[in-house]
Amino acid sequence: MNRLKQLFDKKDKDILSVYFTAGYPTLDATLKIAEELQNAGADFLEIGFPYSDPLADGPVIQKSSEVAIANGMTLKVLFEQLKSLREKIHIPVLLMGYANPMIQYGVKEFCKKAAEVGVDGVIVPDLPMYEYEELYKDDFIDNGLSNVFLVTPQTSEERIKKIDGLSSGFIYLLSSSSTTGKALNVSDEIGIYYQRVKDMNLKNPLIIGFGISDQKSFERANQYANGAIVGSAFVKTLTDKDDYLSHIPTFVKAIKG
Amino acid sequence: MAHTNYRVTDKGYYGDFGGAYIPEMLYPNIEELRNNYLNIIAQPDFQAEFQSLLKDYVGRPSPLYLAKRLSEKYGATIYLKREDLNHTGAHKINNTIGQILLAEKLGKKRIIAETGAGQHGVATATVCALKGLECVIYMGEVDIERQAPNVARMKMMGATVVPATSGSKTLKDATNEAMRDWINNPVDTHYIIGSVVGPHPYPEMVSRFQSIISEETKKQLIEHTGSPSPDYVLACVGGGSNAMGMFYHFLDDEHVKLIAAEAAGLGVNSGHSAATSVLGKEGVLHGSRTILMQTEDGQVIEPYSISAGLDYPGIGPQHAHLHKTKRVEYVSITDAEAMDASLLLSKMEGIIPAIESAHALAQLEKMTFKGDEIVVVCLSGRGDKDLNTFMKYFNL
Ligand SMILES: Cc1ncc(COP(=O)(O)O)c(C=O)c1O
Repeated sequence: MNRLKQLFDKKDKDILSVYFTAGYPTLDATLKIAEELQNAGADFLEIGFPYSDPLADGPVIQKSSEVAIANGMTLKVLFEQLKSLREKIHIPVLLMGYANPMIQYGVKEFCKKAAEVGVDGVIVPDLPMYEYEELYKDDFIDNGLSNVFLVTPQTSEERIKKIDGLSSGFIYLLSSSSTTGKALNVSDEIGIYYQRVKDMNLKNPLIIGFGISDQKSFERANQYANGAIVGSAFVKTLTDKDDYLSHIPTFVKAIKG
Repeated sequence: MAHTNYRVTDKGYYGDFGGAYIPEMLYPNIEELRNNYLNIIAQPDFQAEFQSLLKDYVGRPSPLYLAKRLSEKYGATIYLKREDLNHTGAHKINNTIGQILLAEKLGKKRIIAETGAGQHGVATATVCALKGLECVIYMGEVDIERQAPNVARMKMMGATVVPATSGSKTLKDATNEAMRDWINNPVDTHYIIGSVVGPHPYPEMVSRFQSIISEETKKQLIEHTGSPSPDYVLACVGGGSNAMGMFYHFLDDEHVKLIAAEAAGLGVNSGHSAATSVLGKEGVLHGSRTILMQTEDGQVIEPYSISAGLDYPGIGPQHAHLHKTKRVEYVSITDAEAMDASLLLSKMEGIIPAIESAHALAQLEKMTFKGDEIVVVCLSGRGDKDLNTFMKYFNL
């Protein structure tokens, strides 16, 4: 059974997911970071496959993608690295990235490989519902992969319902319409929006992302959702090529409180 | 014979190409445009203001000029569609006038745009000044240095020019930055894309605004020759907006041969080129499925051309479709060929073309004519902005 579903069956509060870019800060960092995050208590992981033109990302993830590409990270290399993923990692793992590298690799082949190495789901922000449904849905379903869509404060209720219907895994609720790495929007309207989505009683769990950076923002997100995702704030701590692992336990502890 | 359809579907596709590959954050903006642009454009008051600005502000119709000496040299009847005579010196303003009126109707208060050479940035700053709207132009840090006079023009008209410092710091990165701005300002801002690229409905909307070029050309051809159909129509392609405008009303007239000139840079296989139709593969760039230059891993390759306006790693989705269906022939012109053509037109007709447009002119050199053929070349812009490059290249 899909590890994501197992996780959500077992736990419906204070779920922590951490995003990091594969191949950053060094090419071979991918699995080491994953293991350290698991040991430190992360509930699931999002491994970013880098793209040269990440238009939904702020400076931190742009930079990590640029370095990762320069380090030689490609989807081929990533799947090679992930062959041993399930030797040590037991928590759910999603791949996150942009449509173009996936299309070049071949979406069918990508899904097959992802399932083969034990990946549980995929998040592709620039692959919209229409194109997903028309062209790729079967590849995801045939390989048992969850596909996760984003919802923003501007997404209509009707569209959220449609997204819920097409999603398996969870719904990625954005804290505001923004690129990654901006400060969390804590306005009253945002609270109202979270509450509105929560009250829709969707079939998928809600995980809030974008702008989660510390215990306070993590707690705030968990008032409304089943968990939250930390991305830029974590990637920012990985700059030191020689010592990027030792801070991880403190970082995770500081978020979870 | 089954007639190939070159027009957009209601889902935003031209054959296999197009669509709207955008993150959810951009969906409401794109949806608002998609739901409204056709209605707004069709409104009589929109049309009245659009036509009046094109006439009195831009200076349309642009002349269709019979280039006699050029015709003699090549042995054909060669007309130049003089987009270089438009206000701000290029075809780009046809689109920015249309989009600023649209933005106004949508109640937008703030305009953003990307620019490479600065021509689209200038055309956007111009219409923002005209309408008193806030204007923010994203431009690659490298291009800001290369195109200082256009940066100054934008600033004089009150625009803020923001350097794009990410990636390769050129046009594609300026486009990314503009999209990021739009993601972060989803309600009050309109993004004026400068070519027939980006998510649906941009390619279709921009080509409609540029279609005035071929609409006028057909009428002018009737005056000149008695027939609206020439034998050949030539235009250069960066993203492809002047070419789409120039081809638009000829697409279904299969008798008219359409030729699009891409920038080969130092040579198609030199590693320094922008010849997308030859070097590119299908993929997704800036929100649409099209042909783009990319590595095996799907990373976008930075193109090269001596003309900053053709220095783009993709082409618009409709071009990708016209390429695949072979309705348009795509040819590659090197820096050197374009520079020679610039000098030739200057010396023979007293017209200094933009280096972009000279790519279309250079193709004439490679064609053989039977003598009575009628050829229209889109002179998309004037060469004033390229004087520095000419001075260096020709040691003037
Ligand atoms: C004079 C001129 N022609 C052509 C282009 C290329 O753009 P497009 O292919 O969209 O016409 C530019 C772009 O800056 C330009 O300034």
